[in-house]
Amino acid sequence: MLTLKCPYCGVHADETELHPGSEAHLKRYGPGSSDDEFEGYLFMRENPKGVHFERWRHVYGCGKWFLAARDTNTLEVFGTYSAQTTEPPQEIKEAITAKRPGWSWREFQ
Amino acid sequence: MSEAVSVMNGAERGTSIRVRDAGLQGMITLRGDLSAAKLKSAVKAATGHAVPKAREIAFADGKGVAWMSPDELLLLVPYGEADAAVASLEAALAGTHSLAVNVSDARAFFAVEGASARDVIAKIAPVDMHPDSFGPGELRRTRMAQAAAAFWMSDAETIHVICFRSVGQYMFDLLATSAETGAVEAF
Ligand SMILES: [Zn+2]
Repeated sequence: MLTLKCPYCGVHADETELHPGSEAHLKRYGPGSSDDEFEGYLFMRENPKGVHFERWRHVYGCGKWFLAARDTNTLEVFGTYSAQTTEPPQEIKEAITAKRPGWSWREFQ
Repeated sequence: MSEAVSVMNGAERGTSIRVRDAGLQGMITLRGDLSAAKLKSAVKAATGHAVPKAREIAFADGKGVAWMSPDELLLLVPYGEADAAVASLEAALAGTHSLAVNVSDARAFFAVEGASARDVIAKIAPVDMHPDSFGPGELRRTRMAQAAAAFWMSDAETIHVICFRSVGQYMFDLLATSAETGAVEAF
């Protein structure tokens, strides 16, 4: 069972209290972008076995969207953080590095 | 004017653990900047209580205020006073980014009473109901089986449950069924 701490209300929420929202840190490409950029935004996902960044919504709780860093292979959670950011905070990156030295995910490492 | 009736019209079930329709309760959803002085004084005027800390509730004699999210409160007032309270809130908060809505008729309100009240909730919600983890003064928004709900304890043997009125019958039956099978003796 996956348990994530909601950074907005502080509840340690069981997976069944949450709604998944796919990959985090997608950059939106709209009108004026190239076909490759738009295709990447719509369809290209990391889908890794290992370190991953995701969006989750505390749907049965405070209702807020937040972001989570975890390992898709072991279900280990490295941390959760505000959705009002375009990249993982330093302390999240450090928490991952402590457990998975040399990790990388898209442009982050 | 039609006569207002609560979702289960005062129904009760159980003996050692009692589940009952707690009747009509005025409820107002208030959204805005919870740290703003104007909002704080408007909440105090409407309920007699200060804005609570995260995940907490203050409730006494039919009036209260619960923290629902970083920008949302639930104000509890007597059923007949909700519209007037909304009007006062709107006047006090005019010009600020805020919203007050009377949601009394969109909600159901139940009470679970008895020594094993904690067990009734523990069986149907993904919440640690051990006294070290949850107690009076806290409010928890969660799911109960398949329906969204919020609950708080007014004392060690009394739990109040709020949910959408559209799932009121489901929630009443769910609580009653959980109560019927008694304690899990986990606490
Ligand atoms: Zn939350």
